[in-house]
Amino acid sequence: MITEIGHYALVLALVLAVAQATLPLIGAQLGVRAWMALAKPAAVGQFVFLLLSFAALVHAFVVSDFSVAVVYQHSHSQTPLIYKISAAWGQHEGSLLLWVVILAFFGALVALFGDNLPPRLKARALAVQAMIGICFILFTLLTSNPFARLFPAPIEGQELNPLLQDPGLAFHPPMLYVGYVGFSMAFSFAVAALIEGKVDAAWARWVRPWTLLSWICLTAGIALGARWAYYELGWGGWWFWDPVENASFMPWLMGTALLHSAIVVEKRDALKAWTLLLAILTFGFSLLGTFLVRSGVITSVHAFAQDPARGLFILGILALALGGSLTLFAWRAPTLKAGGLFAPVSREGALMLNNLLLATATATVLLGTLYPLILDILGGGSVSVGTPYYTATFIPIVMPLIALTALGPLLGWKRGDLKGALQRLWAAGLIAVAALGVALWVDFGKQTLAAAGIGIGAWLFTATFIEWAERVKLFRIGPIDSLRRAVHLPRAAYGMSLAHAGLAIAIIGVTAASAWKAEEVRQLKPSDSITVGSFTYVLESVGPERGQNYIAERAHFRVLKDGQPYTDLYPERRQYMVQPMPTTEAAIQSHIFGDLYAVIGEGDGKGSWTVRIYEEPLVPWIWTGAALMALGGIVSLSDRRYRVGAPSRATAAQPAVAE
Amino acid sequence: MRRLLFVVPALILAALIALFWRGLDPQRNPAAIPSALIGKKMAEIDLPGLGGRPGVKTSDFTGQITVLNFFASWCAPCRAEHPLIKSLRDVPGIRVVGITFKDAPADSLKYLAELGDPYQAIGTDNEGRAGIEFGLSGVPETYVIDKDGIIRYRLAQPLDPGRLEKELKPLLADLTK
Repeated sequence: MITEIGHYALVLALVLAVAQATLPLIGAQLGVRAWMALAKPAAVGQFVFLLLSFAALVHAFVVSDFSVAVVYQHSHSQTPLIYKISAAWGQHEGSLLLWVVILAFFGALVALFGDNLPPRLKARALAVQAMIGICFILFTLLTSNPFARLFPAPIEGQELNPLLQDPGLAFHPPMLYVGYVGFSMAFSFAVAALIEGKVDAAWARWVRPWTLLSWICLTAGIALGARWAYYELGWGGWWFWDPVENASFMPWLMGTALLHSAIVVEKRDALKAWTLLLAILTFGFSLLGTFLVRSGVITSVHAFAQDPARGLFILGILALALGGSLTLFAWRAPTLKAGGLFAPVSREGALMLNNLLLATATATVLLGTLYPLILDILGGGSVSVGTPYYTATFIPIVMPLIALTALGPLLGWKRGDLKGALQRLWAAGLIAVAALGVALWVDFGKQTLAAAGIGIGAWLFTATFIEWAERVKLFRIGPIDSLRRAVHLPRAAYGMSLAHAGLAIAIIGVTAASAWKAEEVRQLKPSDSITVGSFTYVLESVGPERGQNYIAERAHFRVLKDGQPYTDLYPERRQYMVQPMPTTEAAIQSHIFGDLYAVIGEGDGKGSWTVRIYEEPLVPWIWTGAALMALGGIVSLSDRRYRVGAPSRATAAQPAVAE
Repeated sequence: MRRLLFVVPALILAALIALFWRGLDPQRNPAAIPSALIGKKMAEIDLPGLGGRPGVKTSDFTGQITVLNFFASWCAPCRAEHPLIKSLRDVPGIRVVGITFKDAPADSLKYLAELGDPYQAIGTDNEGRAGIEFGLSGVPETYVIDKDGIIRYRLAQPLDPGRLEKELKPLLADLTK
């Protein structure tokens, strides 16, 4: 019964979405206030019904109602409660429902908290948002109904894939979706602005918080996913340039570009058409990601629920949403009035270069992702594009980008003083060279590219600190005065410093972890030992272990450092009751400069086990860096200019309608 | 002229959509590249064994039903499908044979030590000659070869539980009857 209510609520949400997509749009065109005002209750109602629908699905999972097909396929009565709940979005149908819930959530947020928006812009943006909603609700209802029943109802379910039974992965998809889907709001605002034919500083200020919120969640979502791969797959790796990973990384790169270009629109009224294009493309990449993951057009290790019929539907949505918006862009954007002028060497110039580099980086990832498909269709056979390609193309683009990130904030608006900025960064240069030297020395000069990565990370970190010190005039005025300046710095400035420092730390972590990872695989009997780096691992024992829905072999390693006891590690090899695939639970112990990482493999039945030990240098820095970046976003989001001083549009209330 | 620049994104999109449209063509299914070799006798190969194991020789194939799996230690999808290849050990009346493709023997041995060794025989194909004979598009690939040495099935992608149950096992059951 509750399941049917969920299904019905989904249909009602569709009806509301249709109302929201049409009437406010017509109202905005004809100037009928009542029709425009309809967007608000419709958006809120749509969200409430979708939430209800999703709650019904979660309920079916919690009570293990195996008459619902997706529950039967992805849950089991013995599954722990948290994974029963997370199984609700651990499969195609449910995750799609979550997708539309989040889509409507953003719409409802704008409807409720967007009272300072001009009514026309709000009505149009919400209407566009509802159009996307219609597409995806229809997609859910027609091709991927999560409420489909089975008759007769099976007695027991087939269990969630054991790899997905992990706390990190329970929260990874919702985070990622808030990120992915949240960019729809920037998209809707962009399309609304194109319909109006007007983009100004106020528009940029309205769009930025939504973009920022999505970006924060996407950053966290990607980091959670990488961390999951790191400890759950047991290969000691955290990024594989897999199409599915790339699918989430491309919107992140574009979203990062959008965040930066929106600043230029807000402060200087320039780069308007470009920013609109970015807003469209960022969400475009989210749609592309959805398409790649769910259509089966590209072979990936962790794509799920592949079905060409569904692929065709999403391709249709992609063509409609992007085709429509890009045609609108081609038609209206050339008539946008160009804003403030600036010299090539200036804050605007630096941000523009940042955008170009990010866009190029995205293009290389896109090419790498699609190349196997392109070649295959052109009859060139099957290939797979791997890490060497990305090392050769992506890294050379990102390195100057990071070097520039250090410099940009020190340049003035309109016309910057490059020489002056570089002079102020002498200390950063010194530290970067020192870090480079240390890295080369430790490594005996074997991996110069990695050493350069460390140097650039150190350069950005120090430069970010110097920029902050400059703002508070550290050591140039009294400490009390500096402190007062520090307290009064806008939150957005702190947000930037935190995010840039986080990027620096993450880059150092990524570089070290890729370049200096050590691995040892050995067949060990109890009391045998193995030495990796400066640690010695003694296999004490291997014994059976029982969880709620699995049995496991659990090993005990005593770890020694310089002959002294350092820690104990307990890796497991689990066998879940229903699914035949054994999973590894790596034992990881972090310290400041890296992780100890132990995996127990298969036993040979004669008392010895395959053991894998990794030394993972600086991996915790990656997570710390990503967390700092997300924190920077949150701090920036709390900046008072988004809360107070409702941005008022420039005096010319008449929209400069495109001819 | 400047207006033309604004049309470029829409044009790129059109090209991409055309590409995806072709990509979705069910005839193209990247998973099951139809092999011209299906129904034909397998090529003559004679590969040395890996680390003292028996090698792979065409004459050994007659009289037995064989699942032939190309793999390599450098291939991530191979790791993903490995547990399923191992589960084939439980299928009665068949032989599971591996060929390491362009892989250093030491690395292959490390890979097997780590993940377990389901193969009754493993040939080493360091130069990829056998790969050419089979028209390999990459690793992993899995073939089924019947008692007369005829290739009956080809899967040019990692084996997944669905294909294992719906395609591979029924075929094997059919052949062993």
